[in-house]
Amino acid sequence: MIPPELVFGILAEPFPEGITHYAVGGVLVGLGVAVIYLGTGHIAGASTFLESTLSYGSNLSRFQQYRPSRDWRVVFTLGIVAGAGVYALLYQDALWVTEVQAWRLFLGGILIGIGTRLGKGCTSGHGVCGVGSVSSTSFVGVATFLLIAIGTAQLVLALEVVP
Amino acid sequence: MSESENHPLFMPLIFLGGLVFGFGLAFSNMAQPEVVLSFLQLTDFGLLFVMFGAAIVTGITFFGATHFLDRAPLTAKAYERRLKSLDRNVVVGGGIFGVGWGLSGICPGAAYASLGIGNYAILWGIAGMFIGAYVQGFWRSTRLESASGTTAAD
Repeated sequence: MIPPELVFGILAEPFPEGITHYAVGGVLVGLGVAVIYLGTGHIAGASTFLESTLSYGSNLSRFQQYRPSRDWRVVFTLGIVAGAGVYALLYQDALWVTEVQAWRLFLGGILIGIGTRLGKGCTSGHGVCGVGSVSSTSFVGVATFLLIAIGTAQLVLALEVVP
Repeated sequence: MSESENHPLFMPLIFLGGLVFGFGLAFSNMAQPEVVLSFLQLTDFGLLFVMFGAAIVTGITFFGATHFLDRAPLTAKAYERRLKSLDRNVVVGGGIFGVGWGLSGICPGAAYASLGIGNYAILWGIAGMFIGAYVQGFWRSTRLESASGTTAAD
């Protein structure tokens, strides 16, 4: 059961930080995909980079199928890092470092690596590009990972794993 | 499709797209796992604006290009939507990804962006993602080969 104070908390203030930076950031994410799509016809999701990059060091057929796109996916990822770096130069005084524990990042990362590739996409592939394509497969994918992630985060919170 | 993306503007445009994409992720604070976790813990619903804000832009772009444009100028590639087949893997993989996302507050694109804002601790997450991607690739490649009885194409 959802505790009542949580429900009231949601109703009282669903957006405690406002919505402007979320909406503007989201539109920019979409524009990044749109620029690449209009110029090249390629749909750039973020998780394919993991497998396409593994093709440089592994001959497994699963990775080699991404060989044709591996170079530009490296460039795309470097662009993402650089774009966030530009943001940091403009808006941050210092490096920003998470307080989420390393084991959560590492174990979470392993599951993300397996799940996004098995499930044919991640938050950008299914969530941004697939939903933008009105793909029923992506709607199923997004609904699945969103609900499971909320359940998992609630469980982690209930077990008092902080940060 | 071959490795013939030789147009001089191809890689610069990809980089520019990544730059805007990464800046947007950082601007929306999605590069901070804490903010993503605050959504998944249902205390700040801002992430919905990020995902749907982006999907509206791609939706308009994909619709416009597939209906009114012919081929991409830099590659001569036909414009298509992102459509994948729906099978059990979408649900099983999505579920595994969901557990990882809910545990860590990171996803692939946001993790790359997180590195850009100086979050060196995210390297734990990125290392994990490569390991996970390798594990599923190894498993699926070897299973495919034993099923078809052929060796891997080199």
